Amino acid sequence: MINLTINDQQIEVKEGTTVLAAARQLKINIPTLCNHDDLCVAGNCRVCLVEQKGARTLIASCATPVFEGMEIHTNTLKVRNARKHVVELLLSEHRSDCTKCYKNQNCELQALANEFAFGDHILLSLVEGKSYDIDRSSPAFVKDDSKCIRCQRCVRTCFELQSVSAIAVANKGAHQKISSFHDKPMSHVVCTNCGQCVIRCPTGALVEKTCIDQVWDAIYDTDKHVVVQTAPAVRVALGEDLGYDPGERVTGKMVNALRQLGFDSVLDTDFSADLTIMEEGTELLGRLKKALVDGDHKISLPMFTSCSPGWIKFIEHKYPEFLPNLSTCKSPQQMFGALAKTYFASKRNIDPSKIVSVSIMPCTAKKFEADRPEMRASGFKDVDYVLTTRELAIMIKQAGIDFRNLKPANYDSIMGVSTGAAVIFGATGGVMEAALRTAYEIVTGRDVPFGNLNITPVRGMDGVKEATLKIEGCIDAWKFLEGIELKVAIAHGLVNANKIMRMVREGKAPYHFVEIMACPGGCIGGGGQPIPTNMEIRKKRIKAIYAEDENMAFRKSHENPEIISIYKEFLDEPNSHKSHELLHTHYVERDNY
Amino acid sequence: MENTGLNKVDLIFEKINNSEVLTKAFSMTREKIIQEMLDSGLKGRGGAGFPTGLKWKYTAAEKSDEKYVVCNADEGEPGTFKDREILERVSNKVHGGMAIAGKAIGAKKGIVYLRGEYRYLLPKLMTELDSFHKMIKEIGYDFNIEYCMGSGAYICGEESALFESIEGKRGEPRNKPPYPTASGVFHKPTSINNVETLVTAMMIMKHGSKDFTQYGTSDSRGSKVFSVSGDTPTPGIFELELGMTVQQFVNEFGDGDTKAVQVGGASGFCVPRKKFMETIIGFEGVPTGGSMKLFNSSRSMYNVLHNYLEFFTEESCGQCTPCRVGCQQLLLGVEMVKKSEVKSTYLNELIKLADTMKIAAKCGLGQSVGNAFKSIVGNFREEIIY
Repeated sequence: MINLTINDQQIEVKEGTTVLAAARQLKINIPTLCNHDDLCVAGNCRVCLVEQKGARTLIASCATPVFEGMEIHTNTLKVRNARKHVVELLLSEHRSDCTKCYKNQNCELQALANEFAFGDHILLSLVEGKSYDIDRSSPAFVKDDSKCIRCQRCVRTCFELQSVSAIAVANKGAHQKISSFHDKPMSHVVCTNCGQCVIRCPTGALVEKTCIDQVWDAIYDTDKHVVVQTAPAVRVALGEDLGYDPGERVTGKMVNALRQLGFDSVLDTDFSADLTIMEEGTELLGRLKKALVDGDHKISLPMFTSCSPGWIKFIEHKYPEFLPNLSTCKSPQQMFGALAKTYFASKRNIDPSKIVSVSIMPCTAKKFEADRPEMRASGFKDVDYVLTTRELAIMIKQAGIDFRNLKPANYDSIMGVSTGAAVIFGATGGVMEAALRTAYEIVTGRDVPFGNLNITPVRGMDGVKEATLKIEGCIDAWKFLEGIELKVAIAHGLVNANKIMRMVREGKAPYHFVEIMACPGGCIGGGGQPIPTNMEIRKKRIKAIYAEDENMAFRKSHENPEIISIYKEFLDEPNSHKSHELLHTHYVERDNY
Repeated sequence: MENTGLNKVDLIFEKINNSEVLTKAFSMTREKIIQEMLDSGLKGRGGAGFPTGLKWKYTAAEKSDEKYVVCNADEGEPGTFKDREILERVSNKVHGGMAIAGKAIGAKKGIVYLRGEYRYLLPKLMTELDSFHKMIKEIGYDFNIEYCMGSGAYICGEESALFESIEGKRGEPRNKPPYPTASGVFHKPTSINNVETLVTAMMIMKHGSKDFTQYGTSDSRGSKVFSVSGDTPTPGIFELELGMTVQQFVNEFGDGDTKAVQVGGASGFCVPRKKFMETIIGFEGVPTGGSMKLFNSSRSMYNVLHNYLEFFTEESCGQCTPCRVGCQQLLLGVEMVKKSEVKSTYLNELIKLADTMKIAAKCGLGQSVGNAFKSIVGNFREEIIY
């Protein structure tokens, strides 16, 4: 243990603790900017400078480990002057058109400016008269270099959390910037559109490409029937942008708010998550049968989940030789989209050309997914607009809805009923757990052998999780699986996906089924979720997801009455010809740069 | 003994029997070598002036399966060209100095990080390195040196950026601590020394620390190689005893009309004529890595300053705010003052900013931009404004 004083207060901390962490233990606030709890230390922005007795210069508290007898002062004249200078310097290279900025009021630089550099600025503007590239090439986000303050959070995110490195630091000095391979547009590089950089950008340099106005236009168009679907992870995070603490579930209020916004049918992605389990579970059992009984060596195992569009683009770029291992199932968003303009339209007797299909997603990559040319199975664009959780919160605020006092409401029927198995799609391990709940019962006729259906080995925040489930007491049709140890693995965050993919490439992955989510924590930590997102907040959202699951009347996808109906009335059976037409897809190989 | 005048010395380029000096050094214990270096009072010749003996002592004290000696040959300070001359003429002594450092700290590997623009030296250096490796094998000592090429970034002369560059990464300074002695190249304990420092170490081994301390002053022991340029009839490389005043220097090298001397390059200090007498060249006065640039009255000090600021604006790695943005602000600021688009008192604000850069920047580059800025603006304010 190390003893030091900060602002004359004694504290004892573990060796290796930074000055910043020690100060936080004392509840002394030191402003930061480039620092992010999910990322390695950078020490770039110099906002967190403090005075260390005896040191020639000020020190960056985020990057300096404590030592015995250290004396720190966080608010001396020297510190204040330097901090004000640093914030002013950042502002001088930042295009401060705050009232026009998408991040207005939700900008860390703006907050620092309000605190330390209000009033007259002495330094000259370095952005005035300069032209900057605004890269709007990605359907998921916009990159505006004139707002960039080079904190490199995005670069660290893309490298450390996602092992993608679509963006990196280019050039030096005044010309330094965050750029892509050969300065290509973001739509033409290895970027997965995961949006993890977007939720960590402290300014408006990286923001989602919003389609709020287009959705309003559709809502106001009386000729259109606007259908909205909401992803599982939105309901446990939306509250954060509307004044609630992290981890509050606002499902019923959200449904009510959507109706008040003017959506004609308020439906649930959870329905199509249940459908995904039916399709994907059947696909897995089919692959196992072909591999184990028929001895077909061409069958690709392990099978990978395909719900996460960031992950899909990652494997298309980085491991295209394993595309046959991907489940052919579309994601729940796209299954929903394909059905909204076919099944739903015919059941409700609505002309599908008049349906505008909107989804609310915790994700920026979903915007890219909806734009994929494969996603037009209905004969139309299956999902017209994708809004992030944040965009929905903005719309609710724009409409002046008193969210806190809304009465909870229920989803509309036909594609609005779901189970607990669907809601846990939002957390890492959730798809696996939902699939096992159903597949095990199909094969054995019994519940999975875990208390209260909670398959705890696949839960939690470890980057890579492994579990083995011994299949015993199979019913006759599945006797070939008797005694088999089903090996599964789960990875979240593409850096962990990369670990698994390396094992697969080296032939060292013994798994049958692997769930991969592009974002840390799964969809609850998605790039479209409220800002900030960090480990503590991810854990709270996950806790809420499991609470939502336990509260549901049905907790297994195959028990969802609407799922039973849709197979009876429309799809025949999982993996049927019709299912393949509407609910399954294919993938494309992409360049690795 | 204190220095009394401008004494030319011939130590660095002195012809010696390399093998003899090394045999002598390798017969000494690590502790004895380090003690000799401490006794010599040698301070790093790259400009920062950290005591070489201490650096070796700290690195020697680290426990690690691997340690490195890195020779910093990324000579990029404007107006410095003495390391090039040393490498051209006595590279065997550079290699020898590295081997002695290796013996002192317990390293078997050495890396020379060579400035990109010096690539043309490489064929000759490789031949000389081959014979060095043969010679050291004959003595029965195990030490291997490799060359690593820089690519033209000034910042890669900063030790931790240099390590990053060797490791194949973007050359950006690291956060310190940890210091290189504990975690340097490949995150192993590393002693990183300037070309000239290593040669000087070799010569201390030959002549003994006592001989070395005969030269220079108590703060600045020994002699050093100066790169003399600018308005001088005799530009070039000169090895001089430390401790002279700028006046003594100007008497020797000036053209009779010297109005200022920039000591230590762009990151150093500008000494105006009125301070020539009182300013000692050395760690007690203005330190220098060797760059000595003379300016006569035909020179505009605005142009000099503008040139330095353009240099820093270009050569900052761009990582930390005070340096990346601060350099641009200083440059734009003096331009606007010159054009009378802001009041001349804006220079006072820029001086405050330069003071902040000195204590807020991440590495030596950003911290030293204020040296030239303040000393030029402070002494030649009229030339900046009008």
